[in-house]
Amino acid sequence: MSTRTITLRGRKVVGGVAEGEALVTRETISGWGGVNPAQGTIIETRHELRGVSFKDKVLVFPGAKGSSGWSVVFHMTRLMGTAPKAMIFNEMTTKIALGAVVMRVPSITDLDQDPLAVIESGDWVKVDADRGVVEVRKAAAHREATA
Amino acid sequence: MKLTDYERAMLEGREGKARQKAMELLVRYAEALGAQRFVDTTNVAGVPGSSSPYLQNYYKSAGKSYDAIFSHFDLDSDELVEVPRVTVHSCHLQGGLDPDNWQRLGGKPDAFQISQTSEHDAAARGIRILKTCTPYLAGNVPTRGEHCAWMESSAVVYCNSVIGARTNTEGRESTSAAMLTGKIPDWGLHRDENRYATHRLDIEVEVTSVMDWGMLGYFVGDVVGERIPVLLGRYGEPDLIRHKHFGAAAASSGGVEMYHIVGVTPEAPDLQTALGSKAATHTIAYGRAERRRTYEVLNANGHSTDVDYVMLGCPHYSLDQIRDACQLLEGRKVSANCNLWIFTSRSVKGEAEKLGYTKIIRDAGGVLLTDTCSAISQAVPPGTKVAALDSAKQTHYLPAMVGIEAWFGSTRDCIDAALSGRWKGEAP
Repeated sequence: MSTRTITLRGRKVVGGVAEGEALVTRETISGWGGVNPAQGTIIETRHELRGVSFKDKVLVFPGAKGSSGWSVVFHMTRLMGTAPKAMIFNEMTTKIALGAVVMRVPSITDLDQDPLAVIESGDWVKVDADRGVVEVRKAAAHREATA
Repeated sequence: MKLTDYERAMLEGREGKARQKAMELLVRYAEALGAQRFVDTTNVAGVPGSSSPYLQNYYKSAGKSYDAIFSHFDLDSDELVEVPRVTVHSCHLQGGLDPDNWQRLGGKPDAFQISQTSEHDAAARGIRILKTCTPYLAGNVPTRGEHCAWMESSAVVYCNSVIGARTNTEGRESTSAAMLTGKIPDWGLHRDENRYATHRLDIEVEVTSVMDWGMLGYFVGDVVGERIPVLLGRYGEPDLIRHKHFGAAAASSGGVEMYHIVGVTPEAPDLQTALGSKAATHTIAYGRAERRRTYEVLNANGHSTDVDYVMLGCPHYSLDQIRDACQLLEGRKVSANCNLWIFTSRSVKGEAEKLGYTKIIRDAGGVLLTDTCSAISQAVPPGTKVAALDSAKQTHYLPAMVGIEAWFGSTRDCIDAALSGRWKGEAP
């Protein structure tokens, strides 16, 4: 299998460049009451990522929901060293915009393909928010390339 | 972005360092949103400069002061600035402890001291200390159409839907910056075109009690997410309390910031107006099966019927709710195996005291608390295993946050549980 890279284009939310392993969820994420900032883990009772940490991952998700404490909780992840490396999301809200700004991680939205359909957990993702470009190396291909 | 002369002056530092840092943050935020300009806001509700032992320790090299936390955390500024008095009507929402009962809530002396100091420092800058998630029950009632910048999802949804004022769900950093500048991005619910419903909800079962409205809200948030629903069908004339519980639930299971109820809410005189003369993108029914499923989801974390904690007051109880609880409690005693905590604002507690409600609750073995709630303070009575709650919002958050079981039901179910120590609530 040859290395397969998929390129998505979108709009910069917060500038910068970062890359890392993708953590993908089809469920929106609550900040306050839904995330433990000390570990960077999702704690919401019925969430598919319950118990999973997004620390140093490229977090790919539909968007934010819940309490207005969203930005504070994600702001705290920056202070506590558990923030994701970058964020890719579909649905713009004030919660996620402010959270991305104060977390100071490269973030992109309004992509030309649905990132939830293209990116799977474990894929290697490079986010160049300044240029509005996301490069996805599929997990299988990535394992071969680094073997 | 298009900036006015005054906005540019603030951004360039001509109105002082603090306003410059506030504008810098607001511009980063507006650009992230894709907003083109700011609106003038005249009513801001947030948690400005609110401190905690963690933040104090984190910023200790900067001097631990109110200015340090406001500069570095609230304004996300790397530079320390002196925080001046606020320029627009501003209030502080709920906090982490009750200043009269912090020990009961398991608070530490240093956390209490920090909270007292930051409250004093906020008040010195002209910020109203309301300390509640229900500012609209504590003297902050905006006018219809007023541009607000509010935090607290349950207050935001009330502000937009019931009052007809305009706010997005703001966060701590954006509200603190707005207090100094009177500016907030012109985006989302500040604009007419974004205030119309997209999802039509046909209510096919009778929705009357506060519990009914809480369950309906929880269902609606789950099915519409961040979208705006319009309700049509079998409901009476919901009062303030029903709106409060409906909105809080819808903002917890989803991200509902505004809803319309045909013939009830100010921007929904009829279905067509609420939908902005467009067709609904989705039509969803709420019938017997949906109600049953919602009840089951809310009670999925309840197993043992031995209830050792009853928490009421999410969102903070109104005076009428305290009165109703007192009617059920008067002359009776909370079970020795159970604790009853009721949360409200300082303003409402002041009235409750004058009317003798605080004494009735105390005589029954319960306690009326202010400023916070179990989820915000992460405080439950020591050894709590099973809680009973009359709020879908609190039921959504509390079990996950403090690792306990929880039952959801009516206020009467909860008070019965407090008196007997047993959960006997049933599905409607």
